[in-house]
Amino acid sequence: MSDAALARSAPLQRTVMPRPPRHFGPALLVAPLVLYMAVFYALPVLAMLARSVIDPHLTLRNFIQLGGDGVFLHVFANTLLTAAIVTLGTLLLGYPVALALSRMRGMAATVTLIIVLLPFWTSVLVRSYAWMVLLGRHGLINEALRAAALIDTPLRLLNTAFAVRIAMIHILLPYMILPIASVLRQLDPALPRAAASLGARPWGVFAQVVLPLSMPGVIAGTLLVFVLSLGFYITPALVGGPRDMMLSQLIAQQVDLLNWPYAACLSATLLAATLALLLLCQALPGVRGVLRPGLR
Amino acid sequence: MDGTPFVARSMRAAPGQGAKVSLVDLEKRFDGVGAVCGISLEIASGEFLTLLGPSGSGKTTTLMMIAGFETPTGGDIAIDGHSVTGTPPHRRNIGMVFQNYALFPHLTVGENIAFPLKQRGVHRGRRKQLVAESLAMMQLPGYEARYPRQLSGGQQQRVALARAIVFQPRLLLMDEPLGALDKQLRESLQLEMRRLHAELGITFVYVTHDQEEALIMSDRIAVVNEGRIAQLGPPEELYDRPQNRFVASFIGESNFLQGTVRSTKGGVVVADCAAATLRGITTQLPPVGSAVTLTTRPERMHFADPRAPSHPMQNRLRATVIEAMFAGERCRYLLRCDDGAMLVLKEPSGAAMRRRAIGETIDVTWPVADTAVL
Repeated sequence: MSDAALARSAPLQRTVMPRPPRHFGPALLVAPLVLYMAVFYALPVLAMLARSVIDPHLTLRNFIQLGGDGVFLHVFANTLLTAAIVTLGTLLLGYPVALALSRMRGMAATVTLIIVLLPFWTSVLVRSYAWMVLLGRHGLINEALRAAALIDTPLRLLNTAFAVRIAMIHILLPYMILPIASVLRQLDPALPRAAASLGARPWGVFAQVVLPLSMPGVIAGTLLVFVLSLGFYITPALVGGPRDMMLSQLIAQQVDLLNWPYAACLSATLLAATLALLLLCQALPGVRGVLRPGLR
Repeated sequence: MDGTPFVARSMRAAPGQGAKVSLVDLEKRFDGVGAVCGISLEIASGEFLTLLGPSGSGKTTTLMMIAGFETPTGGDIAIDGHSVTGTPPHRRNIGMVFQNYALFPHLTVGENIAFPLKQRGVHRGRRKQLVAESLAMMQLPGYEARYPRQLSGGQQQRVALARAIVFQPRLLLMDEPLGALDKQLRESLQLEMRRLHAELGITFVYVTHDQEEALIMSDRIAVVNEGRIAQLGPPEELYDRPQNRFVASFIGESNFLQGTVRSTKGGVVVADCAAATLRGITTQLPPVGSAVTLTTRPERMHFADPRAPSHPMQNRLRATVIEAMFAGERCRYLLRCDDGAMLVLKEPSGAAMRRRAIGETIDVTWPVADTAVL
């Protein structure tokens, strides 16, 4: 072949494209995580659920017995009540902070965000111990009150339901603040202004415009805090008393006693309660958009 | 809008009911940087006044101070002679239309329009009636139950307008309300707003950066630049007799020619420019020997027959065609004078017009009456 002919054929050869790379679907991208979750999460959960109904034969006896189990009913009621109080507490304390955070700009916003997030970087264990130091019989609060001669004998603060709830509110606050602040930050600043120009007083602007438009964040924060509260273990174990036991503690206690079927049964109940709550919220009108992003 | 009254009788203000607005030496500084640096302006009752300026000129800040969302750092704002500087926005009773409409997304169209009525304790039945009337007026009858996101941009704009006037404010502020709409829709809404203004009889203060919109709609325009009013006057005056270079170039297109004053007589300035001796008119005669800029509009210039004698009421100079562009209704020529100054000339297109070739030497003429001296 002459040089000229070679030159002419070269572009032709280049047009023979290699086969386009095979399209790896999104399914393949999530496969490793799905596999991991199946082996280390789904299987153990299923095994646990199976244990709650096989004792040693297939039976619903454990679940039926729960209904008449005074300890369980007390613990379950206490768990729900604590979760409700903690959720309400974080909402009341967190909403104003979220509002302030959403109105800050620049350095002030960054510093405040770091202060809100700081507890996140400390372990729950450490924070719970901190509350023990504060609330103990000879803790900071009792000593301070005694030094001020306000009390003679130390108050019983530690190992109470009060201690559990106050510590949980502290630990869970960021989970309430962040979703609300992120929704408020996206609020068009012209909307509160429009409301004011139309004659709404400051409180009216908040109640009629800001609050309703921040509901997606409120619902997201409420769900997060409530669901996390239901499963709290370390904090109630450290700062609570025996009467303030939560469901996770009861489960751990039964595991210690090697009462596996009962523990599995309690776990299944906790799981079911959580799922029921999520489904209930899903069914509420107006909440759908929160759990299904994209609908505005 | 077939001649039927545009505005329901119940919403029309009595004649002379528009608010009078006075801005006295108004000033706003952000961290020491002046956004508004001493604006004084008397807005008459029932006037349509436009604040026109480029972005960052301070026009929106001025509007926000009238509305009460920004606190002036100096000067005063009075409505009907009463200072409102200390009055919070919700007590000023001013209607306002925002740039992106600011309709409440969680409320229906009906609830949006009823919002100001609810704040004023208007009875439910009356509210419903007023909402229906304003929707009919905005040609959106029966839209009460829709949500803003289900409406087009133009429809949202009408709802925002209805919401801003349903409580019969005596002053309506508008912050670039047509900015987000396409050209055709803008033009039809401009006409609607003018008509609305005429029928409501209230004072409109309108902010825009679109000079054409300002010329079409306003009774008077305040051209704002760098926090100050560059010129205030009716549209024709701003266009034909700009007082400074900024106004001349911001409103429409202008040609500028530098010269030295040779003599002044009867409002006419004779100036020696590099290309020719030119005449212009002004109200404030500059001293002989001072440097001046003469300006004229591209469409006021014509090509002249080089053999025709010159006329004392016409300016005339020689130039070379650099660029010729056909733009539909007009031909746009870029010309270079002998001294290197560039001019733009716009000529209506048509069979009678001879297209000039690039490189052709031509004579340009324009009336002295259309030449302003800066």
